[in-house]
Amino acid sequence: MTVLAMASRDAPKAAVEPPAASLRGVTRHYRFPGGGKTLHALGPIDLDLRQGEFFSVVGPSGCGKSTLLDVLAGLNPPSEGTASFEGKPIAGVPDGIGVVFQEDASFPWLTVEANVAFGLKRAGIGQAEIERRVDYAVGFMGLRDFRQSYPAQLSGGMRQRVCIARTLVLQPRLILLDEPFGALDQQTRLIMGDELLRLWRETRATVLLITHSLDEAAMLADRVGVMSARPGLFIDVIETGWSKDRDSRIVADPRFGEMTGRIWEKLRAETMKHMQTQGAGPR
Amino acid sequence: MASKAMASNTVASKTLPSQTLPGGALRNIVPPIVLALVLILCWQGLHLATASGAISSPAATLARLVVLMGSSRFWLDVAETGTAFLWALALSIVLGIGLGVVLAWLRPVGEVMEPILVTFYSLPKVTLYPLVLLIFGLGMPAKVAFGIMHGLVPITLLTRNAISQLKPVYLRTAKVMRLSAFEAVRSVVLPAIIPELVAGIRIGFSLSLLGVLIGEMFASKRGLGFTAVNAMGLGDLDTIMAIGLFLALFAVLANGGLLSLERAIRHRSAGR
Ligand SMILES: Nc1ncnc2c1ncn2[C@@H]1O[C@H](COP(=O)(O)OP(=O)(O)OP(=O)(O)O)[C@@H](O)[C@H]1O
Ligand SMILES: [Mg+2]
Repeated sequence: MTVLAMASRDAPKAAVEPPAASLRGVTRHYRFPGGGKTLHALGPIDLDLRQGEFFSVVGPSGCGKSTLLDVLAGLNPPSEGTASFEGKPIAGVPDGIGVVFQEDASFPWLTVEANVAFGLKRAGIGQAEIERRVDYAVGFMGLRDFRQSYPAQLSGGMRQRVCIARTLVLQPRLILLDEPFGALDQQTRLIMGDELLRLWRETRATVLLITHSLDEAAMLADRVGVMSARPGLFIDVIETGWSKDRDSRIVADPRFGEMTGRIWEKLRAETMKHMQTQGAGPR
Repeated sequence: MASKAMASNTVASKTLPSQTLPGGALRNIVPPIVLALVLILCWQGLHLATASGAISSPAATLARLVVLMGSSRFWLDVAETGTAFLWALALSIVLGIGLGVVLAWLRPVGEVMEPILVTFYSLPKVTLYPLVLLIFGLGMPAKVAFGIMHGLVPITLLTRNAISQLKPVYLRTAKVMRLSAFEAVRSVVLPAIIPELVAGIRIGFSLSLLGVLIGEMFASKRGLGFTAVNAMGLGDLDTIMAIGLFLALFAVLANGGLLSLERAIRHRSAGR
């Protein structure tokens, strides 16, 4: 097993296993500055993330996907309802959750290597172990030649990979990814998707991936949650039924086209409602 | 590999003989030298233009400075002023950064305090000198206080500003990594704002020095500021000019050093 793999949880995935994270009646309202009016951004949402599943979220821009992620990460308390992680209510950021944000969050004052090691250093992990994990993650993310570079010398996609590596080395049990491949072209996206799947299999972490790409959602996920326009609700949760050792070659499978078709059908009406087109048009 | 190196070698030696390393160094040194020469010429011109030596000539000033630098009294003054200045600068930096962090952290407080600080800063600080003398009396503490009065506010405001411009996602990252507030400041906020901090320190540097010197003129019996005022009383123009030249050279060198430090930091982290 690799250094990124976690302590084994060998129990077979069974229906009785408690969910990794769960949301019950979660809503989020934002206050407009000044006035007493509020913006209903999200919910009510009921969602159980199964232990070790790969869950994708798609939805029109501004529907509350990042807000949902913030609630799960404990960065943003829900206005109503409850959120819990591993059975405990989420208050503040729980231990065991890793987040890759939508924006570039690489630290420009640190080298790639130091960025990746950032969280480990502060978690009080020994130097040898830090080096092992950083080495592995840097290689995994294809950044080996850039260990000593600063983020300003990297492309946007590479910087996002630095952020992914920085999160992965902490070996989170729940990984939340907000559009991590937004800055990448379609081909690289597919390859990064493969890497993400490999990682997911190795670590047995639960993954929640927010994406604008229907292909990405359909190819990577066990389940795809389709959200409505704001206030975001899950209008459908689609089981893909892929085998666990899938990879990007699945895009050639006729069932794949069927799957993206189904997702798009759900999304089309919502997207038209707000006349907001995403990078996921009909194909 | 080898052929590539050779190729680039021949290109360099053929077309750019003067722009290799010595050329680059020259390009950095020439403008300041030209500027210094122009300034000295202007100075000489002023000396000639003003009647009966109201301004000493560059040569006389330099001669006087050499004499001064040979006397132990001068170095006692330098030590006195230098000590007050270092204290004032160190306290301005520590207090300024600390206050800036607090004002950025407690945003409502910061919003109230900012205009107050700006108003205080635009006040002619001479009006506050009697108050400072009353509190600290004559001597080192009063001088340091004058230095801080000049240096603290710019560092505070620049620090606060730099923090409030910080990308929110950096703080969110710190939160997700479950850093304590102290750790977040130490390992995320401070490194993120270092270029602005160095800029603030550079400005605070000149202003603290100014504050200390003015303080010495009013509130001391020792130091370069006092000696300059004393010389004024004696009509010893050469000494005043020599001290001025000494301070100017020091300030220009220190400023240049801090500026290149600032550039190096910016270049590394933000430049392409
Ligand atoms: N801090 C905030 N204060 C006020 N309103 C906010 C805040 N954060 C988000 N919103 C609002 O909540 C809604 C949902 O925002 P959110 O960022 O969750 O959308 P999203 O689905 O992630 O969009 P995108 O796909 O474009 O990233 C938006 O209308 C946004 O304006
Ligand atoms: Mg978003």
